[in-house]
Amino acid sequence: MKTVGLISQLIIPLFILFAILYGCAKKVRVYDCFVSGAKSGVGVVFRVFPYLLAIFVAVKAFQTSGAFEFAQVWLRGPLEFFHVPIDVVTIGLIKPLSGSASLGVFTNVVKTNGPDSLASLISAVIMGSAETTFYVLAVYLGAVGIKRTRYLVPVCVFADLVGIIIAITIVKFFFPFG
Amino acid sequence: MNTVWVLLIVISVLFSFLNGRLDAFTKSIFEGAKSAVEVSLFLLGIVSLWLGITKVIEDSGLIHHLSKFFQSFVRRLFRNIPPDHPAITSITLNFLANVFGLGNAATPLGIKAMQDLKTLHPGGETITFEMMVFIVVNTASIQLIPFTVIGILADYGSKDPAAIVLPTLLATFLSALFALGILFAIRRLLK
Repeated sequence: MKTVGLISQLIIPLFILFAILYGCAKKVRVYDCFVSGAKSGVGVVFRVFPYLLAIFVAVKAFQTSGAFEFAQVWLRGPLEFFHVPIDVVTIGLIKPLSGSASLGVFTNVVKTNGPDSLASLISAVIMGSAETTFYVLAVYLGAVGIKRTRYLVPVCVFADLVGIIIAITIVKFFFPFG
Repeated sequence: MNTVWVLLIVISVLFSFLNGRLDAFTKSIFEGAKSAVEVSLFLLGIVSLWLGITKVIEDSGLIHHLSKFFQSFVRRLFRNIPPDHPAITSITLNFLANVFGLGNAATPLGIKAMQDLKTLHPGGETITFEMMVFIVVNTASIQLIPFTVIGILADYGSKDPAAIVLPTLLATFLSALFALGILFAIRRLLK
């Protein structure tokens, strides 16, 4: 745990230091080089912006519309049958859409259920093993102007769904609750 | 993406109407626009920063050494990328940033990787199989230690917050494997 934390802290400073010193050793004008590279970043972000805008507006609207609450009520029955806490679904639904929102929901789940409850543990594993899929798609596809995504989006959505089931199964296996 | 977007908007309007939250809907789209600007400003900073550093690595030739070092691993996943192509390096750096939980570095390096992949098929608006593999691995969130999650569990007095590390890693690994599995299976089916 501690070592990995330390490596994570060290990796960027060391990498940057090494990259710059290596550049100097190879007689590269490091400063001018950095600036010319950074200049291309401006174009990239401008190109990505409309895609981000589209996804953020849709996700925010979806969150406030109350569709989540509807899905929760609707799923309560089948979930109780499998002994899966309802909070898990909230995390599973919101994580692919928004990173900050899912963090808020997760904190709330831990607060209300206690950190060692089944709901918290499953949510924690989903938080750690799922990604904000639609944000990643918007940024990466937007950056290179891809319009036809073939079967990528269905695969991602389906994989997210299976990922949640995998997370639930693994937690139930690792932490046997009564 | 088109279908996803249309679905999200239509469902949102429908439910806002049913729940009597139409005013909240209007407010939320402006809020969404605002957070898109905030995130873009943030991206502007870190993407430019990392592209600057990447340029230094490129011009000094360091990038070639890095790509030679990591080639064997990434080339297994991406068989159609020529061995000396810069995409190998940017993909590897993005994966490494993900593994160490350096989200701020992972996104810019991922954008760079997408651009490098694009140079293999310039001008096309259709996604390539390599791009799909790359994105699927990225959406699997391969991370050694989920620090934020452990931090929150610890804050609320968990007995053993690090206990979720192994289950998380296993879940990530299995779902990534599964996603790649479907991707490769579909490609085989369509051939």
